[in-house]
Amino acid sequence: MSASSAFNDEKGGSSNVGEPEYGHDPASGGIFSSDYKRHDDLKEMLDSNKDSLKLEAMKRIVAMIARGKNASDLFPAVVKNVACKNIEVKKLVYVYLVRYAEEQQDLALLSISTFQRGLKDPNQLIRASALRVLSSIRVTIIVPIMMLAIKEAASDMSPYVRKTAAHAIPKLYSLDPEQKDCLIEVIEKLLADKTTLVAGSVVMAFEEVCPERIDLIHKNYRKLCNLLIDVEEWGQVVIINMLTRYARTQFLNPNMNESLLEEGGGEKAFYGSDNDDDTDDEEDKEEKEKKKTEATAIVKRKPYVMDPDHRLLLRNTKPLLQSRNAAVVMAVAQLYFHLAPKAEVGVIAKALVRLMRSHSEVQYVVLQNVATMSIKRRGMFEPYLKSFYIRSTDPTQIKVLKLEVLTNLANETNISTILREFQTYIKSNDKDFVAATIQAIGRCATNIGEVRDTCLNGLVQLLSNRDELVVAESVVVIKKLLQMQPEQHSDIIKHMAKLTDNIQVPMARASILWLIGEYCEHVPKIAPDVLRKMAKTFTNEEDIVKLQIINLAAKLYLTNSKQTKLLTQYVLNLAKYDQNYDIRDRARFIRQLIVPTDKSGALSKYAKKLFLALKPAPVLESPFKDRDHFQLGSLSHLLNAKAGGYQVLPDWPEAAPDPSVRNVEVKESVPEWTKCSSREKRKEKKADKPFYSDSEGESGPTESADSASDTASGSESGSGSEESGSGSESEESNEESESASEEDEEEEGKKKKKNVEKIKARKPVPESESEPSSGEDVKKSEKKSKPRIGSSESESEEDDDSESESSESEEEESEEESEEETKKKKKTTASKPPSKPPKKENKKEKKEMSLLDFDDFDPAPSPSQVTPLNNFLSSSLVTDLEGLSLTDNVLSPTTIIPSGNLKTYELLHRITGEGLSVEYCFSRQPFSPDPHMVAVKIQFTNSATSEAKSLHVEDAKLQSGMRIKEFPEIEVLPAGETISVVMGIDFCDSTQAANFQLCTHTRKFFVSIQPPVGELMMPIFMTENEFKKEQEMLLQSLGQLMGMNEITEKLTLEEKCQGEHAVVQRVTTAANLSRVPCGSDKECSPPVPPPPFPIHRFAGKTVTSGSLVLVSVVTKEDGAAQLTVNCEKMVIGTMLVKDIHQALTQ
Amino acid sequence: MQLPAKMIHSLFLVNSSGDIFLEKHWKSVVSRSVCDYFFEAQERASEPENVPPVIPTPHHYLISVLRHRIYFVAVIQSEVPPLFVIEFLHRVVDTFQDYFGVCTEAAIKDNVVVVYELLEEMLDNGFPLATESNILKELIKPPTILRTVVNTITGSTNVGEQLPTGQLSVVPWRRTGVKYTNNEAYFDVVEEIDAIIDKSGSTITAEIQGVIDACVKLTGMPDLTLSFMNPRLLDDVSFHPCVRFKRWEAERILSFIPPDGNFRLLSYHVSCQNLVAIPVYVKHNITFREGSSQGRFELTLGPKQTMGKGLEAVLISSQLPRGVLNTNLNPSQGTYNFDPVTKLLSWDVGKINPQKLPSLKGSMSLQAGASKPDENPTINIQFKIQQSALSGLKVNRLDMYGEKYKPFKGIKYMTKAGKFQVRT
Repeated sequence: MSASSAFNDEKGGSSNVGEPEYGHDPASGGIFSSDYKRHDDLKEMLDSNKDSLKLEAMKRIVAMIARGKNASDLFPAVVKNVACKNIEVKKLVYVYLVRYAEEQQDLALLSISTFQRGLKDPNQLIRASALRVLSSIRVTIIVPIMMLAIKEAASDMSPYVRKTAAHAIPKLYSLDPEQKDCLIEVIEKLLADKTTLVAGSVVMAFEEVCPERIDLIHKNYRKLCNLLIDVEEWGQVVIINMLTRYARTQFLNPNMNESLLEEGGGEKAFYGSDNDDDTDDEEDKEEKEKKKTEATAIVKRKPYVMDPDHRLLLRNTKPLLQSRNAAVVMAVAQLYFHLAPKAEVGVIAKALVRLMRSHSEVQYVVLQNVATMSIKRRGMFEPYLKSFYIRSTDPTQIKVLKLEVLTNLANETNISTILREFQTYIKSNDKDFVAATIQAIGRCATNIGEVRDTCLNGLVQLLSNRDELVVAESVVVIKKLLQMQPEQHSDIIKHMAKLTDNIQVPMARASILWLIGEYCEHVPKIAPDVLRKMAKTFTNEEDIVKLQIINLAAKLYLTNSKQTKLLTQYVLNLAKYDQNYDIRDRARFIRQLIVPTDKSGALSKYAKKLFLALKPAPVLESPFKDRDHFQLGSLSHLLNAKAGGYQVLPDWPEAAPDPSVRNVEVKESVPEWTKCSSREKRKEKKADKPFYSDSEGESGPTESADSASDTASGSESGSGSEESGSGSESEESNEESESASEEDEEEEGKKKKKNVEKIKARKPVPESESEPSSGEDVKKSEKKSKPRIGSSESESEEDDDSESESSESEEEESEEESEEETKKKKKTTASKPPSKPPKKENKKEKKEMSLLDFDDFDPAPSPSQVTPLNNFLSSSLVTDLEGLSLTDNVLSPTTIIPSGNLKTYELLHRITGEGLSVEYCFSRQPFSPDPHMVAVKIQFTNSATSEAKSLHVEDAKLQSGMRIKEFPEIEVLPAGETISVVMGIDFCDSTQAANFQLCTHTRKFFVSIQPPVGELMMPIFMTENEFKKEQEMLLQSLGQLMGMNEITEKLTLEEKCQGEHAVVQRVTTAANLSRVPCGSDKECSPPVPPPPFPIHRFAGKTVTSGSLVLVSVVTKEDGAAQLTVNCEKMVIGTMLVKDIHQALTQ
Repeated sequence: MQLPAKMIHSLFLVNSSGDIFLEKHWKSVVSRSVCDYFFEAQERASEPENVPPVIPTPHHYLISVLRHRIYFVAVIQSEVPPLFVIEFLHRVVDTFQDYFGVCTEAAIKDNVVVVYELLEEMLDNGFPLATESNILKELIKPPTILRTVVNTITGSTNVGEQLPTGQLSVVPWRRTGVKYTNNEAYFDVVEEIDAIIDKSGSTITAEIQGVIDACVKLTGMPDLTLSFMNPRLLDDVSFHPCVRFKRWEAERILSFIPPDGNFRLLSYHVSCQNLVAIPVYVKHNITFREGSSQGRFELTLGPKQTMGKGLEAVLISSQLPRGVLNTNLNPSQGTYNFDPVTKLLSWDVGKINPQKLPSLKGSMSLQAGASKPDENPTINIQFKIQQSALSGLKVNRLDMYGEKYKPFKGIKYMTKAGKFQVRT
């Protein structure tokens, strides 16, 4: 209040923001006169090197855009300023770009690199706005860049940037729908995001890109329900609408028993138990089990019990009825209307009535929806009847809608009050409203028999109203009412006959004539006289009246031909020469029918039947009847027509789909690189394939795709458990009956395990599917899968595992299908199907293993590759240092071999590569031909049936400065064989992708290699003192702002990663750095407090320029830690911080 | 088939004379000729507020709101909840008002760059991005004289360079680092009474809606609780997002971390189990006689059930029938005005003195020969009662946690007439 008045005072000064534009030309036309000159000076201002001038110019340009003036010729001058330091100028340039880029695509491309730089900026606001603008520039050429940027932003640290990424998805989709599949991947990933900031935006993207992919929601359903209350308002609307649709496909109709209620009193009791989740859960599941086996007809008679997830949705949306945002309230209201049991829908009425006090536009929309709802659920709004009373100040459209609602709410008990209200409305000056009121009275009269006579009398009184419109409307309504009981109302018909003298409204005249014709037997004396009068005025009547005169004449001729024969002939003659051909036709037709002549056909015999047949009384229906087949609150509902992009609200399913798809894994984690997967895992998968397709027909096909989706595996586990033998089923249901809904996760875990067992059991003997798994196997698999599923994995165990497995793997690689190997495979398959997290875990172990079987890995090893990883860090030196540094022995292996958790990335998928799959990894070894290049090991696998020939690299499209050293051409790769080669790429210390073509003798594939920032460096050895010195040097090197080269971030270490060993391992996995031996801490820095927080230091240098990269991680109590990265290259530093942060926290 | 992108495509601002004075596009440019459909509808509508809020056109849908005699016309291309757009447009207007003090054509034109920057932040690709005024104010500082001067000297800008802290926090409505020397929190309990009184003076319908508007200027991150003496009075409530819903459900206590500055904490509806006290009565005698060119007009106002508080700022307005050419009335106090074109009669009564009841008496001259109007005019009354909430709602106490200082607290009560009509 006080603040707003303050603005008032200040307003005077504020006006000079846009003054140059408006100050000079108050009239909008003025701008054109001096257009050219103006633009010239604008260009000059933009070219100047003063920010203030630029800003001034941009403000004027934006003002031009705002008024719809064309400013496109300034494009070159404006686009130059895209990199301007002044943020306001920059923003205004963005505004300009987004407006005109589409028209000037070539020039717009000039700005792209700025945004690409912006995408890597340490400031999240700048990253986000760069992405926003980049994605808003509707230029098709940059689609790949946008795609890349979106993917990257989707895994940004900042939720705000991720939100922006979600916003960018629909933009890219509308620009290039072919990207749909890729975008769905990103959406899937973002759907798993746990921050409320992202939730609304990603669901919006989901709704626009792939609303049909309801399966993506399963895993996130409960999370979305639980987050909902904290999501920002606009997101809430989108999510609620989407969940309404989701629920309609996944749950059963809560009102399904409505029609069966009379069958037995017992049914009703089940409504009462709705709130009792625990028992529901149990009953529910049991019920569903049965449903699977029983015919749906029987199921229908089963007591309905609500799915706990259905209940969850209803429970979590209810508080939002209290939202201040009308759209949110409406969204919840429609959700309840469409999803809630009848008894609970009532809660929304109060909130909707509250919205009626909002702005008139809000009222308008809400009333439309209330009108529809009040037809189906009248009782809900009855207590609020008076809130729909009409005020003289309401806009007409609101009045009419309120009237509609009042009419819908009318029943025997309240009709008298409503009619009294209507009486006052009839006197209104607003004639449209009066007409609507009369219609409403008519509807009340038809619907409620008791008041029919009262209404009719009231309407007859209106016939003497002075306003013709009122009378006309009354006549029309009376006509309809009279059709119901004509016998009793001949005096009304007489009265109306008299009105023909006065009423001029055609519709009313026509109605009266029709009435007299229809009921001429009730008014035998008046009818001919009316016809006489009408015949006189026939030529001056309107067409509809003329038609009714002919009609009247025909009917009278049939009933009373003596009196009316001549009149009828006269009228028909007049009509014969009428200007309107409809009337001429009608006259001719009727003449043939009623006047018997020699020629008249057989039909004339039936003329009486044709004209005097009893006509059914009209049913006066609300225009809102059945409008609820549109989702309420939608635009389509409002218009009563399907709007573009409207998603039909599906009908309830007959039987509920498997509810277990919504179960979520114990541990949820999103893999950092969606594409990546270790070589081993991939291999395993391929091995699995036949197995899956053998044993589980339905899930087989989905599995064949490389990226087995979450849902596929989820449903797999679900269906697996159901298919299982009777023995395990009973056990399962026992378990389930004990577990409440909250325990779902645990239960899921169990299921998975069981599933795993089953799969394992089946593997060696595929024929005996339902056979219970042998005890031995179960134990083993359980032992293996437990640590993977449970998240507490101790270090030593892992080491053991990896060691033993690696030894196994050596065997595996060298030998053919040994016993050992099959076992191992089983293990990996066992852990694979459940879901992502185990997969990831598994991957890690395997990666470690891959370190040791390098020799097998590379059939044609180059000299550089055989050398141990840190060959330049002479191993003897390391051991020396180890002795010096007094570190735990446990650490030594990691120091020597920075656990080469080499990630493998896919370069070419087996399917796109037509059988040739190519993967690459960063081998972390110096590339001997050129030390400034990063060694990339590429592995070709030919899974096609024919051999691939002459594999080589061609046509590299590289960013400036980047170089590539191709691998020697591979002449032949026989079918089923695998081969690895090494190539070198100089990435110029940037994470830009290297694009090139991979050629076979038949095909060319465009591929790109994009290095994670951690691979752009190589380890160097440094002592702690050196490290500190360098760190200081770096900080002061520019002699400028402190912290230019230092990025510090606080983080909380993940539980598993609090050990020293784990930290070191994770950092070295994320980046190719070597550890600076610690321990000397105590010597050189005595002031460190007695329990010094351990500091882990890592050093490296960038491959191309050799800039130092120093990383230190200080761990404190409770997993708190501080990460510091020093690097001259700021971009590298920032990205490295991000990557390491992620490695340490996930 | 490519589905068109959803949500808000473009926005046009149209003034009362039908000129488009601002346009903004979030996607491809939509020609302003699309507004022709709007103008058609505008012509068809007898009153400005009768323009349908949703107008379908062959390729687009126009959703508009009318505020401060400006139409805000949003162009939509496909299915979107209409309320979503309407609510957003109202939020835009509120934001403009917040920034410029008023939301008039002149203010918008004067601040066109800020308006553009705001719209850019509020919508991304047609989907709302930042609508919370506290966040917006960190991104784009409201124009003030001082800032403009400082900016021209120092070359700094109105645009924030950092992501507003609120965006990422769990309390997005509050900015961090708020500092005040005087820490104050004011709450205004304002109740409005909507009523329809029939000819004979009996109440047809009456209900009370209230709001609690707050102006909180507190340092740091205060956590406030506000409790009522009689929370049961509140039948239906809607909250600012800052209010912790669970706490309200359980204890009927409002617990919240307030936004900085002005905001609406709560809107409520008072359950109308017991009859609402009507604080004013009207005696009227308005008659038109058939065939006569004169009509009588008599109106007397008096207080009723005001709990001892005086009626202030009383304003009577009435739309007289079209047949009335002019009036010749005498107010016992205040001033009256009759506009012969719009036929709107208004009488600014001011304060009602219970000893000397205000009245307005006289005659109306009617069009000669015209028939007697069907309906007597409805009388709309506005009034204020200070220091009292009609429903009797009372704030019990306001406590602050989380900060050390002692804030200054103030609570004010007021009752106003909402849509208060007397049928005659």
